[in-house]
Amino acid sequence: MDLENQAAIKKIADEVGADNLVVVLGMPGEGLRLAAETLTTGDPSWAGPLAGVSLGLPVYHILEERVRNHVPEDIYAEKLQMMEMVLDLPRIESDLAELRAAG
Amino acid sequence: MVPALRAASNVLVHVPDLVRYGSKPWRENSGGDAALAGALSRRLRSFAEAVAYPPNQVFIGNMAPGDLGEGPSPWYENPVPEASAKGAFGEILPQEDFYPLLEAADQFGLLLFGPDAPSGADAASAAAASLLEGSGPGKTGPGKRGREEEILGRIESGEALPLHRGGDLIGCVRRDHEADESLDARILLENLAAKASGAYALRHLLLQEEIAPEEIEYVISCSEEAVGDRYNRGGGNLAKAIAEMAGCAGAAGVDVKSFCAAPVYALVHAAALIRAGVVKNAVVVGGGSLAKLGMKAYFHIEKEMPVLEDVLGGIAFLLGSEGGGAPRVNLEITGHHGAGRPSTPQVMAEALVRDPLERAGRKICDIDKYAVELHNPEVTLPAGAGDVAATNYRTIAAMAVMKGEIAREEIPAFIESKGMPGFAPTQGHIPAGVPYLGHALVGMRAGDLRSTMVLAKGSLFLGRMSQQADGASVVVEV
Repeated sequence: MDLENQAAIKKIADEVGADNLVVVLGMPGEGLRLAAETLTTGDPSWAGPLAGVSLGLPVYHILEERVRNHVPEDIYAEKLQMMEMVLDLPRIESDLAELRAAG
Repeated sequence: MVPALRAASNVLVHVPDLVRYGSKPWRENSGGDAALAGALSRRLRSFAEAVAYPPNQVFIGNMAPGDLGEGPSPWYENPVPEASAKGAFGEILPQEDFYPLLEAADQFGLLLFGPDAPSGADAASAAAASLLEGSGPGKTGPGKRGREEEILGRIESGEALPLHRGGDLIGCVRRDHEADESLDARILLENLAAKASGAYALRHLLLQEEIAPEEIEYVISCSEEAVGDRYNRGGGNLAKAIAEMAGCAGAAGVDVKSFCAAPVYALVHAAALIRAGVVKNAVVVGGGSLAKLGMKAYFHIEKEMPVLEDVLGGIAFLLGSEGGGAPRVNLEITGHHGAGRPSTPQVMAEALVRDPLERAGRKICDIDKYAVELHNPEVTLPAGAGDVAATNYRTIAAMAVMKGEIAREEIPAFIESKGMPGFAPTQGHIPAGVPYLGHALVGMRAGDLRSTMVLAKGSLFLGRMSQQADGASVVVEV
């Protein structure tokens, strides 16, 4: 996860409190686990503002059922439906569930 | 006139000792990490290894893209036996013969080579040899050698960067203005590398088709380098510099840029000029990207792989009029991504694939092969950047599902039939669909292939002027 995004999320967490924050990622499979890890246990590359900062944020992907059920149907059809077929959704779901359980 | 694709040429230049001047290795090494620099040099490949690397054999046309999927992997551990540097529509040039080409490309005395530097006199490549024979105005040319003290003096004064053959210093490249970052030594080396590799690809194309350089009327460069000085950074027209070096004395030239989407735009523009009758023929040419050498090398070193990003790519395509079985560039089926549209993958796939085919009354399944960004996955996967080609094929297949052309379960079969593994070096514009065109021509001449759609996307956001992505597509068919 790039340094700007890390800084932005850290700032929001500082303002509203990590307990009041859920992160929804939209990125494709590659790098997703790393991004989720960064927001849960801290930046594993120790390069960004979240190095050594364990926010423990619950991280979801926009295509996970619990999230996508909240997206209006027309928007889903326009922006997300195709990606559901492109990405490896079962893997995304299991990766993130594992991290949420650990976090 | 009906525009047609008449020939394609894909070349590679193996430049292990220039990997250090790739953007990433340069930044890392500037930090003074000697261990890292040592690890990089230990994992560089020999010319023979680069030639025998299966994706490189596919790039120059000695193997079909599909052969990669069927052969053993990892590819870097499974060299092609008795591999040749000469291919069906391309070739691989060793560094030893590229240094003289760089020298021939230099009209301003930017390079200074010592007495031991290669002269190119024994170049096995006919294209390289013929470029060294030619001469342009103001050309310094190989043969004019500097003394060692002179080279060391330039380097020690900070105005020049060293050029090596293995561990030996053989020359240097200097800046051309103390206060102009656009004329910095490394930038000028980048630009010379793009010019020389582009001219090499173009000359290879002309020799392959037995066309005199003077017959070419128009050259469009889709190279990515920002050629210009501080008042005109990226002002460009590398096309004309390449045309001049390749001996296309009568050709006008212009650059077309849109990051990695540029080659497809350039094909469309060249075809449109021919159809409009402005010119009878045109060449689209792309030189290699020095900045992208070793871009992901540190991931490869970490995984004990060789440094695979050790080649500059070069591409050249000849467009003319229909006839003799040459496939037409079908300008009725071109896709563009409107500036006001979202840059999501779905919208991009609609704009580049679904919409242009629909307008022409064609289906997604009507196209025999899709040529998407063909980045070699063996380079991108260890860096966490995914399999670019595979993701693109899934996107097109998903679009076919959404249109009701295939069932969801048929996605793998669709990809198997209409896709291919990525085989191109990660050189930005070089993998942009177009390296398949040489293979497409072979298939169309043999009657095995009727149509291909070439599509590429560009990451405009990298330049910070827009958050958008861009993309373009066009169909080539018999």
